[in-house]
Formats: sequence, C-alpha cells, structure tokens
Amino acid sequence: MAEVTEPAITYLDHAASTPMRVEAVEAMMPYLSELYANPSGSHRFARRARQAVDEARDTVAKVVGCHPNEVVFTGCGTESDNMAISGAIARRGGVAVCPAVEHHAVLHVVEHLGEQGCIVGVDSFGRVDLDELATVLEATPDVSIVSVMAVNNEVGTITDIAEVARIVRRHAPQALVHTDAVQSACWLDLREITPNVDLLSLSAHKFGGPKGVGVLIERGGPKVDPLIIGGGQERERRSGTHNTAGIVAAAVALDLTDRERSEENTRLAMLRDALVSGLQDRLDGVVETVPPECKVAGSAHVCISGIESEALLFLLDEAGVCASAASACASGAMEPSHVLAAMGVERSIALGALRLTLGHTTTVADVDRAVDVVGASVDQLRRRMAPASIAGSK
Amino acid sequence: MKVMCAMSGGVDSSVAALLLQRAGHEVVGVTMKLWGGDSDTGCCSVSDVDDARRVAQQLGIDHLVFNFGDDFDEHVVAPYVDAHTRGVTPNPCIECNRSVKFARLAERADLLGFDAVATGHHANIGRTSDGRYTLERGFDSAKDQSYVVHMLDQAQLARTMFPVGGMQKSDLRALAAAIDLRTATKPDSQDVCFITSTGGRTSFLGDRIPFRSGTVVDTDGRHLGAVESVELVTVGQRKGIGLPGGGPKRYVVDVDTSTATVIVGTEADLLRDELVVDRMTWVDGPVEGAALVQCSAHGRALPATMTVVDDAISVRWHEPQRRIAPGQSVVAYDPTNTRVLGGGICR
Repeated sequence: MAEVTEPAITYLDHAASTPMRVEAVEAMMPYLSELYANPSGSHRFARRARQAVDEARDTVAKVVGCHPNEVVFTGCGTESDNMAISGAIARRGGVAVCPAVEHHAVLHVVEHLGEQGCIVGVDSFGRVDLDELATVLEATPDVSIVSVMAVNNEVGTITDIAEVARIVRRHAPQALVHTDAVQSACWLDLREITPNVDLLSLSAHKFGGPKGVGVLIERGGPKVDPLIIGGGQERERRSGTHNTAGIVAAAVALDLTDRERSEENTRLAMLRDALVSGLQDRLDGVVETVPPECKVAGSAHVCISGIESEALLFLLDEAGVCASAASACASGAMEPSHVLAAMGVERSIALGALRLTLGHTTTVADVDRAVDVVGASVDQLRRRMAPASIAGSK
Repeated sequence: MKVMCAMSGGVDSSVAALLLQRAGHEVVGVTMKLWGGDSDTGCCSVSDVDDARRVAQQLGIDHLVFNFGDDFDEHVVAPYVDAHTRGVTPNPCIECNRSVKFARLAERADLLGFDAVATGHHANIGRTSDGRYTLERGFDSAKDQSYVVHMLDQAQLARTMFPVGGMQKSDLRALAAAIDLRTATKPDSQDVCFITSTGGRTSFLGDRIPFRSGTVVDTDGRHLGAVESVELVTVGQRKGIGLPGGGPKRYVVDVDTSTATVIVGTEADLLRDELVVDRMTWVDGPVEGAALVQCSAHGRALPATMTVVDDAISVRWHEPQRRIAPGQSVVAYDPTNTRVLGGGICR
C-alpha cells in the first residue's frame, strides 16, 4: 500500500461539524466508563446517571431560556426538526409551512407531506418573505405549524424569528412556531429567540458537543406527538435509553459556548472579514453571497466565477483545507444548492459556491492559509479552463 | 502517474483501481453521480456509491463523488428520449462514454492535474512501432467492451487506461475475492442505469413523451393491426407488434413515426446489402476497404467493405444482413478482428 502523507489540516467547515470542546470530552468520559448505569434504573447507581442528565437539562434550560421540563433530549438535530413538524401534523392535522431555504431536515419533511406541506419564498439574502408568509397564512385556514430557521446553514443569513412569530400569531394564531436553531447556538443569544417560539431545535455537535445528541425545546408542555415510542423516557416525549455521556457533554459545550459567545462573535467576525477581503484582494470574481451585517460571524460564503465548486474542493482537500459548497446528497455528491436557487442566484454563479465556516478553534493562521490555498487553486483551475468560459477574471 | 479511476461500484472498476495501485500509480477513485431519479439497475445508485467508497477505503485510496447530473441529462437522457420520438433506437451507454466519462470526467481530471483517467472497461490500449495508439478488444472475449469505447481518438487514448482489459473475468473476480473486496461477487450490471427493472423503458419514456398508437401494415401497405405506442417499436423486432401467432415469422422492417406506421415483413424483407453510418469517429484516421463490422455490444463482427461517401460511411456487407435499427452504434474492426478502426451511428 502506498504511503500517504496527510497534509496539515486547516479546518474551515464548522457549519458541518465543530471540534469537540476539551471540557466536553472530559465531562463525558466517566459516563463511558465507570458510570455506565441506565439513568432510568431504580438503584443508587442509576440515580447518579439520572442526576447527570437532569443537571445537563438545567444547564440547557438556562442557556436556552426555558424551564427544564421543556427540554427534550433527542438523537440529533434532524430528529428534533422531524419531531416538531411530523409530531405537530400527527397531533393536529392541517398544514406545515416553511421557507424554501430550510435545511433538508425541515424542508424534506414538509415536502413529504404533499398537500399538507407549503413552501414559501425568500428574499435575495435567504430571509423568509414575510408578505408571502402572511398571504399564505391568511389563505390557509388550517396551518398547524410554521417552521423558520434562525440561521441558514449554507449562507449564514440570520432571520428575525421574533418578527416571523409576530406574523404567524397575527395571521394564524392557532399555528405553532418552530425554529431550527441548529446553526444559531454559537452566534445568537438563544434566550432572545426562545420566548417567541413554541418549538426550537438544537444539535450538540454544532457547538462543540458530541454527535448523536439533539435538543427539542417544547415551550409550555407537550405540543406535538412523539416520534419514538417505547419506554417513555424524557417524560414520554422521546423514548430510548438516555445517551448519558453525550447529554452531559452537550450541556458542558453549550454552557461554554454561551459564556464565550460575545467575545467569539467579535473575534471571528474580524477573521471572517479578513478571509473574505483576503480572497477578494487575491482573486477577481469573488462575490460575497450575503453581506456581513445580515449573517453570523462564522460564515464566509462566496461565489467564485469561472470555476466549479467540486473541482475547487478537490484541490483544497489535496492541500488540507476542509471546506464545503452546498449540501451533499445520499451518495456524497454535491447537489446544486436549493438555498442559492431559492435566493435567486443564477445556477451558473451558484456552481462556483464556496462555504468557509469558522469556529472556536479558528486562528489567524487558518485564515491566511485558506486565502493562499484558495487563491492558488482558483488560479490553477482558471488557467486550465478555456479563457472564454471565465467571466470577471483578470 | 497520477490516475483518476472511475469507480462505478462494480467489480471491474474495483480491480482496475487495485491494479493501478499495485503498478505504483497515485490513484484517486471517483464515482460519478449521473442520475438523480429512481434507479435500481445502474451504476450510480446510493448503494453502488457505498460499494465504491468501501473498496477505495480497503485499498487506502481517496474516493470522491462528482455530480455530473446536468451533463448526463443534457447529453444522454434528453437525446435518448428525443430519439424515441423519431423512431430511432440509441445506445445511451455509448453516449455516456462519449460525452461524460471520456469528456466531462476526463476534462475534470485534466483540470485537477491528473495524467490519465482509468475505467474498468474490458478493452486494451496498445502502441504501434511508430508510436500510434491502438484500441483493441478485451482479453476476455465474452466480456469485451471495445464496442462501447470505440469513440476514443489518439489524444484521448494517450490519457486513458483500461487496467482490466488484459484479464479473464474469472481471474478478476478471484483477485477481488483474494483481498476480500465487497464487490467480488457482485453481479455485472446489464441494463441502462436510468431505467428501472420494474418500470422498464415503457414506464421511463411514458413519463416523458406522449405515446402515439400506430398502424401495422405489411410491405404492400395492407393493414394488419395496431400497436399502442409506435415510439417503442424497433426495427428487427418480432414480438409485441400485436399480430396473431402462427404463420410465417414477421419482423418490423421499418418504423415511420411521422405517420405512426409500423411496416412488417418476412426475414427476407429485412435483409440489406448496405448500411450508412453517420457521425463516424476514427481511432487513427479514416480507413476504407475490408473490415469486420459489429452492430451491437455482443454481436458478431461481420465482413464488409467500407467507403467514405460525403460526410458518411457506406458499409457494404459481403453477405446480406438483417437491417440495423437507426440510432445503433456501428463499429468497424480490422480484418483480424482485433483492433477498433472507428465507429458511428446507423442512419
């Protein structure tokens, strides 16, 4: 077998997953070894595990801004999103509404509902079109749930959930409001979002926690039917043996994220701006998809003319720069971005999409290296492409 | 060399990657995502991508998935559908090789700094004493795929590799089994990848074009019956043309989609002395004179004489042959039945 020397990694794919916080790894270790009891058991050994889950629940409630009894631990963010929407329709019937830029964990569920699903448009930055939303809500008497993401996973756009909620309460007072806040925890104070909604989804591995832990906040008690039926864990909201270690680590990571959020926002916005302006100084034809004031600090999404994302990502990967373009389908192939399409970005421009996302481990050196590697890679691709096919190149 | 190996998730391309690696090349495996719709027979279903990825992991090489769905739609699926509306029967696998594997993928490989693209086709690339490339039949005659890669020219052959072309299929499977590749006993794919085994061609085309019922007549124009969809009838077809059994065997000898007419006749009515080939490509420049000509993937190559006539090639059979359906690929081999000379599309 050939010797493979791995290049040093420059990790700029925090929206896909974040490195775990060291504190979170340490916190979960005892529950992977000596404290293995099932938290639902009735002996003192089980009670220790149960206490760890309940303390984690308190921490999550404090950071999110809700009562501990409103916190449901699930298996992932997708499960939380599915439970919110499918569970709402199962309990209440009617129609689910979401904008076209939602993560597939929401969008595909709503599309799967057929006539009971309704997709609304967005503006050129990917924010839900509030006029269209109001019109749809007025025209549809039996809307059960409206789901709008707080931060878009591809382009980083922030949506004002309070304003969305106001529209829903006015035009469809019977409807539940759910927000997929999976990409929000690192950047937005969740306490300001939670009071506006009935349901809110989180995913631990997006904020320095482990994979395999999600959270669904159900404000004011059960609002939707559970997805998973069984032993009645999580107050019968989500059956299945608790992932004690994961839940404990998730809470530690969320608490740290909350404490450092303000400083990290400042630090990473500067790095992000340096990254984008670095790319724009180095290369022609680099367009920032959403202006910085409309998105979270960790998101640098650009469209680069005259290249194809798939080819660029290969060269970045070869050089050890981890980035992404749109979301991958089941086969692992890059799909043309449904988010950029919904925002009205031309397909030919969207083909050159590059998503670099920063997080708690990102350094100035990462940004400098990314500018160098992306610059050199784009140069290589443009040099070899037919000159006629390149727009906006020097 | 730095080689991009197209890995479909089948055993041939798995072993191709293995052989390249053993030969000391720097290999990256690529699976092309070509078809977004339902498929259970082809080479880009999710489980096939999983198989390719796992084989790459076992070999310790990088594996990527490239999405060429747009190119596949434009150059393979749309022309396939369009051809049927004109009563033409194309070979989509050949168009995929022409427009996607050895064009789009090869260009991508070039862009990314690769020296060659390899596939698991059973064909061979040789060199003549004066340095010209030759395209030759695969060693395992039962698995030979030189017919479907006939469109490669000198420049393409210089940057293409067929690592398994010199192997017997049974040896190839044994090699895969010896290192426990999960594809070792996987059945060969047989069908067009975008057509499901359950729905078939009828369902695929029916979702995309309106079928028109057709009149079945004999060669004198006498009315014999009707078919539900003239778009699904192919020259040479014998079954499914709505005629009662018994009597002499009758074949479709012509399809006129403009008038929705299917003309049937005896085997003798189907025989032709000549066929005309359009869009001819040559491995190493035009060749006239004696050749062996093959008109289907596993058909026999039959003696004929080729002449260039304007933009097309006339193939004159030494013995009359059944008419070839328009749209089929026609591939010429040298008189020893070893080397591909070139190929094109039956008019």
